[in-house]
Amino acid sequence: MSGKTLTRVDLTEAVFREVGLSRNESAQLVESVLQHISDALVEGDTVKISSFGTFTVRDKSARVGRNPKTGEEVPIEPRRVVTFRPSQLMKERVAAGNRGRTD
Amino acid sequence: MIRSELIQRIAEENPHLYQRDVERIVNTVFEEIINALAEGNRVELRGFGAFSVKKRDARIGRNPRTGETVAVEEKYVPFFKAGKLLRDRLNGLED
Repeated sequence: MSGKTLTRVDLTEAVFREVGLSRNESAQLVESVLQHISDALVEGDTVKISSFGTFTVRDKSARVGRNPKTGEEVPIEPRRVVTFRPSQLMKERVAAGNRGRTD
Repeated sequence: MIRSELIQRIAEENPHLYQRDVERIVNTVFEEIINALAEGNRVELRGFGAFSVKKRDARIGRNPRTGETVAVEEKYVPFFKAGKLLRDRLNGLED
């Protein structure tokens, strides 16, 4: 496996190749997609993208954590976290593409 | 929010684009992420989050209905971790 890391640049390039827009505008649209998903989540909305997956906001209650290095107890405040549940299609494609990997 | 609403919101902000082009743009973004993961790559989108592939070891599972044991092969699953900016925004820590 190549183990590359893709970034906004790669998504921008894909959009640029797919649609006849400038690279600059392609970059803005990629950003806009991420921004709208983030904004919806911040509003507490679930974001459900068919054949991709579902982003959900969950409330975590306060708990006592522990610094794994020092063993010291630290309070963890209640907070909101995002969870992502991949679609069946994404799970199948990722499983198929990585089957038999040797690492 | 679902895919069509996301497309709608972006289309409204970009009245100079055809709706079908906005659809292609949005679909391309998600398609590229899946392709990258299927090839064993990571996708890192600073501020938003990172998609990666995690290995699940082979295990002996159990059919919850019959109690029968079944061998489950090792497999690779998609994983998402929210970025710091998004985590902060969710908790009211605006920039």
